[in-house]
Amino acid sequence: MLLTLIIIIPALGGLIAWMVSGHSKPAVRWISLLACVVDFLLSIYVWITFPPNGGQSGLILEQNNSWIPQFGISYHLAMDGFSLLLVVLTGLLGAIAVAISWNEITEKVGSFHFALLALLSGVMGVFLAYDLVLFYFFWELMLIPMYFLIALWGHENRIYAAVKFFIFTFLSGVFMLLAIIGLYVAHGRATGIYTFDYLTILASAASNPYSIWLMLGFFVAFAVKLPAVPIHSWLPDAHTEAPTAGSLILAGLLLKTGAYGIMRFAIPLFPSASSDIRTAAMVIGTVGVLYGAVCAYSQRDFKRMVAYTSVSHMGFILIGAYAGTEMALQGVVIQILSHGISTGALFIMAGIIQERTHTRDFDKLGGLWATTPKLGGFLLLFALASLGLPAMGNFVGEFLILMGTYQVSPVITIIASTGFVFSAVYALKLLQMSIYGKNENNWDVKDLNTREIVTLALLSIVIIWLGLFPQPIFNTAKQSLIAIQQSVTSSGDQESRVIR
Amino acid sequence: MTGTDYMALLPLLVIGYAGPVLMTLIAFWQSQKLAYVFTLVSIAAAFGALFLTVPHAPSSVTPLLQVDLYSVFFSGLILIAAFLVTLLCPQYIEMHVKRGAALYVLILFAVLGMMTLAASIHFVSFFLGLEILSVSLYGLIGYTLHSKPSLEAAIKYLVLAATASALLLFGIALVYSELGSLDFRVLAPILAEGHLTLATLFGLMLIVAAFGFKLAFAPFHMWSPDVYQGSPAPVTAMIATGSKVSVFALLLRFVSMAQLHMNSDIFLALTVLAVLSMTAGNLLALMQTNVKRILAYSSIAHMGYLIIPLLAGGAQGASSITFYLVSYVATVVAAFGVVVVLSSSLKTGDVENLDDYKGLAKRNPVLAAIMTLALLSLTGIPLTSGFFAKLYIFSAAVHSGLWLLLIVGAINTGMSAFYYLRVVYAMFGGETDKEQAVPVPGSSSQIALVISSAIILFFGVYPVPLIYLAEVVTKLFSR
Repeated sequence: MLLTLIIIIPALGGLIAWMVSGHSKPAVRWISLLACVVDFLLSIYVWITFPPNGGQSGLILEQNNSWIPQFGISYHLAMDGFSLLLVVLTGLLGAIAVAISWNEITEKVGSFHFALLALLSGVMGVFLAYDLVLFYFFWELMLIPMYFLIALWGHENRIYAAVKFFIFTFLSGVFMLLAIIGLYVAHGRATGIYTFDYLTILASAASNPYSIWLMLGFFVAFAVKLPAVPIHSWLPDAHTEAPTAGSLILAGLLLKTGAYGIMRFAIPLFPSASSDIRTAAMVIGTVGVLYGAVCAYSQRDFKRMVAYTSVSHMGFILIGAYAGTEMALQGVVIQILSHGISTGALFIMAGIIQERTHTRDFDKLGGLWATTPKLGGFLLLFALASLGLPAMGNFVGEFLILMGTYQVSPVITIIASTGFVFSAVYALKLLQMSIYGKNENNWDVKDLNTREIVTLALLSIVIIWLGLFPQPIFNTAKQSLIAIQQSVTSSGDQESRVIR
Repeated sequence: MTGTDYMALLPLLVIGYAGPVLMTLIAFWQSQKLAYVFTLVSIAAAFGALFLTVPHAPSSVTPLLQVDLYSVFFSGLILIAAFLVTLLCPQYIEMHVKRGAALYVLILFAVLGMMTLAASIHFVSFFLGLEILSVSLYGLIGYTLHSKPSLEAAIKYLVLAATASALLLFGIALVYSELGSLDFRVLAPILAEGHLTLATLFGLMLIVAAFGFKLAFAPFHMWSPDVYQGSPAPVTAMIATGSKVSVFALLLRFVSMAQLHMNSDIFLALTVLAVLSMTAGNLLALMQTNVKRILAYSSIAHMGYLIIPLLAGGAQGASSITFYLVSYVATVVAAFGVVVVLSSSLKTGDVENLDDYKGLAKRNPVLAAIMTLALLSLTGIPLTSGFFAKLYIFSAAVHSGLWLLLIVGAINTGMSAFYYLRVVYAMFGGETDKEQAVPVPGSSSQIALVISSAIILFFGVYPVPLIYLAEVVTKLFSR
């Protein structure tokens, strides 16, 4: 029941906010913020009260109700350590997304908050669903609100970006649906039990000649969301054109659903097929790391640059997930969290700068430090986090991923680690072009207000905490990562795989 | 005919008599209100009578008609569709038509034709039902006499429907000359056995083509966008729902009984039709700026999707088609309901240009929300019945391993999102300089819109009862 609450609170709050939007705009914002904060506190409560490795299955909470018995579809929600961390992240970023939209969104306030909170519900559902159809259900449910967020409240070229985002993710999602049904039928033929239940299918893990194709169906959907390089082209547009809250949620959460999907579904459900594409996936990740960094460097648009850094950072996640050693997987979890925080914060900064200067163009920016030292300080912090400076989360994540991958493939590790150098180049360029340099355009803009300082300070604390004391994260995620690790490293040997 | 036969035929009789009686009534009292209420009451009465026929199912009434759960279910669906469409009429008639009473008479006749199709198990009743339906539709399509597109559409439909009938007759004649019967029950075992002569096969192909005309499979779809655009909006809703459902129900019965999807030639032909319909429907829809035409092309694509489970066959194929059609009817009624309400606010003609939908969310948020719901259901997004409909037909096809069709279908679903979203965006994000009236749905249109969106939402969250019903009524096709 707790899990259902976690999913439904944002959507419910959004609905109420939408209904009162005719009367008072501040009320809409306060109700939405309240819903997100309550949801966040609820997830923290779960984290504190329930032991992270409770039960032998590693599940902290579970809810299983019959939904469509004819098809073997159940309303099965469950939470293990990995999902818990992502749910906490979702709650945190959700509340922050509402907070940073306080002044930016002035039109259609009610429907904006409804879309935003419905999106959060969808993301929560994705992280908690343990039934394949239910998972797909939430997966698609994320699409519509995100489309609207970009299309209605975005910047200049928003329609193009929104449609591109939708077509990419929807089309790849349909292929995942085909793969889900294919898996359902294959599993049913092999065992006689027709079910979409994740744990049941996982337990029998029947391999069939179509495994590789089914796995690719899942992989394509997740790789688009992640994004992996040849299919990333929706991302720079969507991130750039979305309103600040939209970019924050896109970078902080939606990309993570791709990473989550790979680690929860694509790898464990198809262990042998996954080990077949292991090298390919790691190569794609490495290409992403380098290509994203190079592209980021050559951008003239603040948001577009940050968007490409996401491509680079998410490349590490792909490498780590398929390397599959425990260290690499722990690194992936940290990377997921800290990328969500640091990139999210950079998008917030971009939003703040744009709100004040009405531009994101590096040619027009520059020299902002003179009038906005507080903003400059925070930007420095998050840019350094993004380039992987020790003592902040991204460093821990990327370092662990590279360490863990070295045991599997030194070549890939060596190539990917050059990404660190590139990231230093683009992060310093970002700083140089925006806050440092001469104030040639005579920018004289207001510095951060209290609301913005609180928001950014909160994120800074988290990113430094992740960098200095990540142990609680390791403890929470450990149990769930063991299962994934075993399915990757078993290298096609079905028998040696320990279930759950 | 015995008493039981009459009982089994009661719904058909109610509708069959309602038409002529109403015709006589309006000859004396030219009252639209009378005609409207009479039509609603007779449709409701026929629907009630369906429940009386259930105990007698399955039974054959004359060699022509078969009253079984399948025909009862589809008659019910047709009656619900007709009821909802009738609810949409008064507001439209008030604005666009001078004498509207005869419209209702034609609707009743059309429903008679559709119900005959749903129950027919013989080529003669097939042909009779089709003709009753088509002739009523000629009148309905051209009902707004002062409008040129309406007349053009009527002529177009007349010519093409007549062509389809000719093909059908030729096909039937060929099959009859080879196999010596017109009764599905006699033909089915012979056809199912295989080893068909060339003439029989040719005849079957012609029959499939006739179905293709009626359901607007590509390449027989040319009439559909023009007719959708030209017809008065409620009539378009009728063509898109009742007419398609009844013909598809018959196609499903014919194919399932004769196991035609097992025949490699027919299979190939239908596969080609499916691929063409899906692809052509979606590609052509991408370029449209007229909402009625978009919906027309979308319906071509949807009929294409529906061929996939038809070819999959088996219990799942038939029940998934049934589920899909129910969802489709609710969705299309909701979409056209919004078009009707908008059109009823303007004297000049139907509101169908994409530009006219710009900013609808500001003028009437509820209408915009209903239209969005319908379009999302057509796309197959969760929380709408369209999602489970898509899941159901895909799963039937996976069971039968029709991967080629599935992949074409998947790509097309992705493509279709593009043009549905264009309409959605126009309503929510579009700005227009034109001064536009605020559309207000009349009370009866409101009922229709509420019922159809409730169906979409309910089965989008809890499809269990409908799946159960679909499985029960198609049980006779599983072997």
